[in-house]
Amino acid sequence: MPELRNFTLNFGPQHPAAHGVLRMVLELDGEVVVRADPHIGLLHRATEKLAETRTWIQSVPYMDRLDYMSMMCNEHAYCMAIERLLQIEVPIRAQYIRVMFDEITRILNHLLWVGCHGLDVGAMTMVLYAFREREDLVDAYEAVSGARMHAAYYRPGGVYRDLPDRMSQYQESKWKSAAQIRPFNEARSGSLLDFLDDFASRFPKLLDEYETLLTDNRIWKQRLVDVGIVTPERALQRGFSGPMLRGSGIAWDLRKKQPYEVYDRLDFDIPVGVTGDSYDRYLVRMEEMRQSNRILKQCIDWLRQNPGPVMSDNHKVAPPDREAMKSNMEELIHHFKLCTEGIHVPEGEVYSAVEHPKGEFGVYLVSDGANKPYRLKIRAPGYVHLSAMNEMARGHMLADVVTIIGSQDIVFGEIDR
Amino acid sequence: MSAMLEALCQNLQEHLGDRLKSIKVALGEVTIEVAVADYLHVMQTLRDEPQLAFDELIDLCGVDYSTYGHEPGKGPRFAAVTHLLSVATNRRLRVRCFAAADDFPAVPSVTAIWNSADWFEREAFDLYGIVFPGHEDLRRILTDYGFIGHPFRKDFPISGYVEMRYDPEQQRVIYQPVTIEPREITPRIVREATYGDTDNA
Repeated sequence: MPELRNFTLNFGPQHPAAHGVLRMVLELDGEVVVRADPHIGLLHRATEKLAETRTWIQSVPYMDRLDYMSMMCNEHAYCMAIERLLQIEVPIRAQYIRVMFDEITRILNHLLWVGCHGLDVGAMTMVLYAFREREDLVDAYEAVSGARMHAAYYRPGGVYRDLPDRMSQYQESKWKSAAQIRPFNEARSGSLLDFLDDFASRFPKLLDEYETLLTDNRIWKQRLVDVGIVTPERALQRGFSGPMLRGSGIAWDLRKKQPYEVYDRLDFDIPVGVTGDSYDRYLVRMEEMRQSNRILKQCIDWLRQNPGPVMSDNHKVAPPDREAMKSNMEELIHHFKLCTEGIHVPEGEVYSAVEHPKGEFGVYLVSDGANKPYRLKIRAPGYVHLSAMNEMARGHMLADVVTIIGSQDIVFGEIDR
Repeated sequence: MSAMLEALCQNLQEHLGDRLKSIKVALGEVTIEVAVADYLHVMQTLRDEPQLAFDELIDLCGVDYSTYGHEPGKGPRFAAVTHLLSVATNRRLRVRCFAAADDFPAVPSVTAIWNSADWFEREAFDLYGIVFPGHEDLRRILTDYGFIGHPFRKDFPISGYVEMRYDPEQQRVIYQPVTIEPREITPRIVREATYGDTDNA
């Protein structure tokens, strides 16, 4: 009788379903996972240490690169932490713009998630559709900030600038005639808000299309139902947040429970799962996209009717506008001090959290009164969710590990920081 | 101070009493400080006492206070800072626990109370060298295999000590001392409290 031993398998870091650079050491008994040990840190850039050597505002673009699938939400937590330390008010229009882009970001993130998750478990088509819609939303990113991904649009005190009045248009070229590009440019003939309005009216129907592809699909359900069940008690023990916690049946959403910016003025619902398996988390995220679309519409309506400033007028924090800077000595000094020395944030510590598409994204800032943070700690939701990998994968088949990684919605930019 | 924070402070005083070294409310957040000896007991109470019911550990991180503010080097150097959240009562709390010894900082592990502390403690050990007795698997987590030192300590240079490159002669990846020098473009400045206060000059 030969000696039977468990098989140890390296999953990743170059596995396409590892969503980046996850190396997981799996101990297998036949095809059943006995132990999963994720090795992370392959993308560690020491963002938090780097931030200690930069001025407060110089770290804003680092935030984009944390969870590089939901860029503006990361910036939001960071800027909000600084604003709370400084105790400054953000203009109401900037708050609405932030909420609107938070929700655009949520749709962006969930679209990518549903596409890649589909790809992982064998539904090729989803990713193609998801990227079609993402294209419109990254164009909205580009319209406000000039960058399709790493926007650096939120700043302490507000947002960098107001929404543009016109969208960029497709140009005629030797490959595309004027007649061919006309339908593409139709929605882009107005302002950014018109463009987003058009998207928001189209999107629910597109979501229905996705759901016909997946929700009742037999293969999809066979891969997802009853895989990676987390009970509500365990979800709390493991520090889950966001869709992972709601999928387990706990109605917890920071946008409702601890509202920040203008979320308390908006009307939306929180979807909650029942069984806490991967399929419930899928349903929760799909419904979240619908709710985000609702919020998006309300923000568009408000922003159309209420012009106003989008940046704090406290010039110890936010730079004065160029015209004032060129004509006014006081503003010139402010500009010079801000651009050479940066903001001084009063001594203290603060933890600010936002409802990020993946869960609770928190920023813990310690300031000793300098022009740089003393300590920045980023609480990444994916980090906590991945730490429960062993518990979630144990007893499942090897192929289910891919489903569980997918349903955790992990991105290594934020986990490794 | 809002009524909710006041109630929380009262509850904390009531249930923890003299085990609290300090309790502070600032910017709408409550921070308590506890001694290493009381740490585990306090944490257990914070989770199990129904009036407190902090059922979720949101974050745990190390902090190195050695260059803090105007008078660096005063007081203990390392602290473990924990952020707790109560889903049941919708409250947050920050707990700070300074490690007693600077050369071998140790803070008891809370993994048995909240399992989510597992990786957070590994991270604090990796980056700050804070040891968590009671943790079952205290390995490095974010840094490279075989990394030496604790990179987030304030005396660790931002550019590190070693760099990695491919050596064409040996035909393998080698480590060598760093060849770059960190440069500081904007110096770190802590202004006195009255700086720029033209009214009272």
